[in-house]
Amino acid sequence: MSNYPKPDAATLLEIYRKAALIKQNDERVIKQMMAGKLVMPYYSPRGQEIIPSALSVSLTDDDYICTIYRGIHDMLAKGFPLDALWAELAGRVTGTCKGKGGPMHLTCPEKGMMVTTGIVGSSMPIATGLAWAAKLDGKNRVSVANFGDGAANIGAFHESMNMAAVWKLPVIFLCQNNLYAEHTSIAYSRVVEKISERAAGYGMPGVTVNGNDPDEMYGAAKVAIDRARAGEGPTLIEAMTFRFNGHLLGESGGYMDKDLYADAQTKDPMPILRARLIAEGIASEDELKAIETDIDARIDAALAAAMDAPFPDLAELKRDVFAEEIA
Amino acid sequence: MTEIKKMTIVEAINLALHDAMAADPTVLVLGEEVGDVQEGGVMGVTKGLSTKFGEDRVKSTPISEQAIIGAAIGAAVGGYKPVAEIMLMNFITVPMDMIVNHAAKLRFMSGGQTGVPMVIRTMTGSGFSTGGQHSDYLEAWFAHTAGIKVVAPSTPDDAYGLMRSAIDDPDPVLFIENLPSYWTPAPVTKQIIPIGKAKVAREGSDISIIAHSLMVTHSLAVAEKLAADGISVEVVDLRTIAPWDRETVLASVRKTGRAVIVHEAVKQFGIGAEIASVITEELWGTLKRPVQRVGAAYSAVPFSKPLEQAHAPTPDSIADAVKAALA
Ligand SMILES: Cc1ncc(C[n+]2csc(CCOP(=O)(O)OP(=O)(O)O)c2C)c(N)n1
Repeated sequence: MSNYPKPDAATLLEIYRKAALIKQNDERVIKQMMAGKLVMPYYSPRGQEIIPSALSVSLTDDDYICTIYRGIHDMLAKGFPLDALWAELAGRVTGTCKGKGGPMHLTCPEKGMMVTTGIVGSSMPIATGLAWAAKLDGKNRVSVANFGDGAANIGAFHESMNMAAVWKLPVIFLCQNNLYAEHTSIAYSRVVEKISERAAGYGMPGVTVNGNDPDEMYGAAKVAIDRARAGEGPTLIEAMTFRFNGHLLGESGGYMDKDLYADAQTKDPMPILRARLIAEGIASEDELKAIETDIDARIDAALAAAMDAPFPDLAELKRDVFAEEIA
Repeated sequence: MTEIKKMTIVEAINLALHDAMAADPTVLVLGEEVGDVQEGGVMGVTKGLSTKFGEDRVKSTPISEQAIIGAAIGAAVGGYKPVAEIMLMNFITVPMDMIVNHAAKLRFMSGGQTGVPMVIRTMTGSGFSTGGQHSDYLEAWFAHTAGIKVVAPSTPDDAYGLMRSAIDDPDPVLFIENLPSYWTPAPVTKQIIPIGKAKVAREGSDISIIAHSLMVTHSLAVAEKLAADGISVEVVDLRTIAPWDRETVLASVRKTGRAVIVHEAVKQFGIGAEIASVITEELWGTLKRPVQRVGAAYSAVPFSKPLEQAHAPTPDSIADAVKAALA
């Protein structure tokens, strides 16, 4: 890991900006749900903020990502428009998907966010196809497939990694290993110690990093992105992390190891990064406060606009089934 | 338009792919053995394409059906028009997630932001003693899924014209080729045939047969035979199963007052049920007899020759149904 490129001060601050947006947004979503103002299945990314934040600082709007139901952090890090996001969560016509996608199907092609899927393991084959398109375009675009540790056991994971390796595609398989798949600990679903070891079977680099450490995550992502842009093919990154709010918001997490949970809490990446920024003189307490206050204000505005927006017209039922409206 | 040459369905599809690829650089072909190193597959449908258009645009894949359809979806979302081959229709069970949850739904779930302009070519049909896992017709599964079009040509001319339309369609199209019909030469005019339009393959006044794929050929033979007995049979070739051409079908049955629907798929829950129901709803009062359906027996396709022959509709069983409807 020591030979990885490191984020400079400005990049580190940018990572914090993104991560803080994700965390505050998550807190606000939960608050709205608890108050009964938003009704939806919600898979909180709390605890996993650093992974997409440290990745996205090296991506452009042109780069593609595919993600999963637990992917709101991936979206926000890549620049999903906040107003359209909240409107979509509220099922309003002003949402990116006109309220027809919802939290599990967020899409924003202008920013390269092409597919969000609720089917475990399905982000990899599609991201592989996007990488094929990117390679044909010759635009040096990178395609990122986000998925969890549970998804690494689906056949599509293996098929996609193999095909991407054979075709030398610019795709990054980013496994966000939060140690649980729904209620199942990884202990019950694999015998190899690291999911990244599986990359060897497909002749691609595979690395396991502490996804909660911005230096490691940034470095591994940068190396993989540069490799993809240089036409050298795919990489599997396993980013170790932890999810603090259980699988689906509202479940108790009784299947989780108590000591593990307590230990993870002491390693919450958000206060750690915040304290580091101050300790290293990258930002003052006041500057960070200002960033956080600004984020809250933006969320306030997005939330208010979403709640004021109309629901989609019932004619939307027939629209977008096909390109032409159906009779 | 004017070039009228006799060719087989295999040659007609090859020509359609060739012409589409020549006309539009975004048209791609992928699937197991589609390249010329592998001789364009066991049937040779894609022969010559990789030599002409290069291995970037004509990709032979590993045996990875989920990755094939996923790659096609990704490439389609990324701005290309891929034609993916699933060697035999039974193998489409493997990438069902990709087709049903992703290809068919991404347009709707994204509120129209992303479309999936891809074609899935597949082949099927009983008669080769291949038993239960190599000759099923599964079109009803897809016709039942909103967001994917289903096409099944019965002649080389239709195969050419429908393939060109399918490739240019902005939405996913499942293109079902009938293996027993593969090698019968017939004139190909190179006319583009619109998706969603049926054809009156033979005019008649006593009864309408509604069919697709090989069953059209059988039905035309039945019509020919019954003409000698003074029975005038009209044969409607659906050509497109979803969305099916209600107008043409209803106009025919309005004229004849009697209808028999024939398909090679198992009769129970097949597309005949849907069509019969619509005819009954729309033409109740005009109908002289209840609508009849002819389909395969409710079993897997059997291996043993006599059983296999008794499984799917034959000209004799179709003729019996027609006579019953006329009695
Ligand atoms: C194909 C499929 N099987 C089962 C499910 C139900 N399910 C939803 S999330 C989940 C766990 C996935 O865990 P993981 O891939 O580790 O991602 P995480 O939720 O931890 O981010 C399961 C089994 C599903 N959505 N799709």
